[in-house]
Amino acid sequence: MDLHIASQIARTHLTTKKRQTLVAMLGVTFGIAMFITMISFMQGVNQFLEDSALDASPHIRLYNEVNTQRPSLIEQLNPGRFNVVYHQKPKDEQSRIKNGLTIAERIEREPGVLGVSPQVATQAFYNNGPIQLSGTISGVDIDRENRLYKLNTRLKSGSLNALKTNPDGLIMGTVLARKLNVRVGDKVTVTTPKGTTRVLRVVGTFGFGVGTVDNTKSYGNLSTVQEMLQRDPSYITDIHIKMTDPLQAIPFGQKLRAAYGYYTEDWATANTAILAGEKIRNMLTYVVSITLLVVAGFGIYNIMNMTVINKIKDIAILKATGFDARDIVAIFLLQAVFIGFTGGLLGLGIGFGLSYLLSIMPFDAGDFLSIKTFPVIFAAKYYVMGLLFGVTTTILAGYFPARKAAQVDPVAILRG
Amino acid sequence: MPTVLSASHLNKFFYDPAKFQVLKDITFDVQAGDFMAIVGKSGCGKSTLLYLLSTMDTEYDGEIEMAGTKLTGRSQDFLARFRNEHLGFVFQFHFLLPEFSALQNVMLPGLKLGKYSDKEVEERAMEKLRLIGMADFARKPASKLSGGQQQRVAIARALINDPTIIMGDEPTGNLDRANGDNVFSIFHDLARKGQTIIAVTHDPDFAAGTDRVIEMSDGMIITSHENKGQ
Repeated sequence: MDLHIASQIARTHLTTKKRQTLVAMLGVTFGIAMFITMISFMQGVNQFLEDSALDASPHIRLYNEVNTQRPSLIEQLNPGRFNVVYHQKPKDEQSRIKNGLTIAERIEREPGVLGVSPQVATQAFYNNGPIQLSGTISGVDIDRENRLYKLNTRLKSGSLNALKTNPDGLIMGTVLARKLNVRVGDKVTVTTPKGTTRVLRVVGTFGFGVGTVDNTKSYGNLSTVQEMLQRDPSYITDIHIKMTDPLQAIPFGQKLRAAYGYYTEDWATANTAILAGEKIRNMLTYVVSITLLVVAGFGIYNIMNMTVINKIKDIAILKATGFDARDIVAIFLLQAVFIGFTGGLLGLGIGFGLSYLLSIMPFDAGDFLSIKTFPVIFAAKYYVMGLLFGVTTTILAGYFPARKAAQVDPVAILRG
Repeated sequence: MPTVLSASHLNKFFYDPAKFQVLKDITFDVQAGDFMAIVGKSGCGKSTLLYLLSTMDTEYDGEIEMAGTKLTGRSQDFLARFRNEHLGFVFQFHFLLPEFSALQNVMLPGLKLGKYSDKEVEERAMEKLRLIGMADFARKPASKLSGGQQQRVAIARALINDPTIIMGDEPTGNLDRANGDNVFSIFHDLARKGQTIIAVTHDPDFAAGTDRVIEMSDGMIITSHENKGQ
């Protein structure tokens, strides 16, 4: 087989039928362009959702769950008998993590841990005049919390330092603040489940771009919230942990659970819905893209088949003058590869253009998501993948007509 | 003169629509430098015989040996290489690849052989075109040439690899008188220079101008005689 002559013949065939070549190429171009646009957009959405979920939630949350069922005393002593106990009260257990601050310090020293923030979280009522809203309040060491969630970049107004200087300060989610109609400097009445009420001053507002956080959450000082709950300064309900590698969070969480005996929740479990949505979107992207490419492949198959039928005399002459089956396959396969490769490259260009247009298109997601344009990812690997898909499809589509060409019996054609 | 082609006991059957014996025990030799015509009525099997000799049709009984190589039972790829190196073809209907220039058409089998560099193949192709008086048309696309011109270019193409034998299937059959005579005289000149040529023809003038005529009827050779007059 001599690729040099085969490519020369293939080139001549392609250039004499320019329009046909172009039509075949555009099929691939369209398929690849759609593939690039769709995958860039879908992955952008996935990344965005994952980022917002990861940014706003800890990689691991260590907490104490209080709803533990406990068997009655008689049941323990007399198991399997007919025991009836009415109105058994749950054991008076606090949701505190014992030695929470010490545990936090120890976790902080473990390798791979980016930051640890021990905190007190509780339900709360926010009152401002007639407005009553329920939400949560977290008592935190604001510097530690800032290290975990980059709060300074999330701040919409006010400052983090104001919380440190004002023990009755409060940094509130933007949407919650808007609903309560308060700004920096305004006062809000906060009521805890314990029944204590305290007037706190809003010193800042933050927005994560995630509705469930911005709608409900506020940060206060750790000591203030402890006081509101009438607890001692060692009272800690949650330990939030961020890892340098989010994927390490799952095994590390299990390790912590075994070591300290408290419940742990990792980001993957907490965001199961987002991760499931991601899988579905990925599937959808690949199904649609592959369908487009298969359609383009059939287009190429048809055109190559027609070319082979048109060129059947030429094939017979080539075979008579000593070209073997592999040369003939090479001639037609090269045409298909050229169509696939050029069409694919063109498709990458158009796909890039479309994704760029999409990435600058204004998109109002309301309060729920903090984005102004559609999220689009530009990653080289999708372009490599697109070209690879395109070329593979065209090679498959070109191979069968080429093999048919190689099987032409020259005698039948040349005898006329 | 050495024997360049020997066919022994060739039998060939067609099975469609009914079993039918086209060639019956054909045996003959061709010496180097022979200018031979195979003649006979339509359907006598002369074209079928030529395609057996051309190695393109491999469904037969008997044995064909050419240029000292036994060709019966060889693979298609081997036969393609053999055709490229040892055989030149001139067909009745299908002459050239229409998208290529006359020169490129002549060059293709030479490039395939790969014995010479591209530059040398081009020089040799020009030389062959000069030989048949088509050098002026070298750069023209084949589709723009007349039938007679195309057939002459086809002869140049058949010559490009200095083949052992040139085979022609009615090489003048589709041409008018003047062009037919022109093509014949080229064959004649080549034969004078020692080129072995086998041509199937039903043109009596063409046959009369050759060195040797094999006449076939009903799949058998009925006469084989030398043309002493030439």
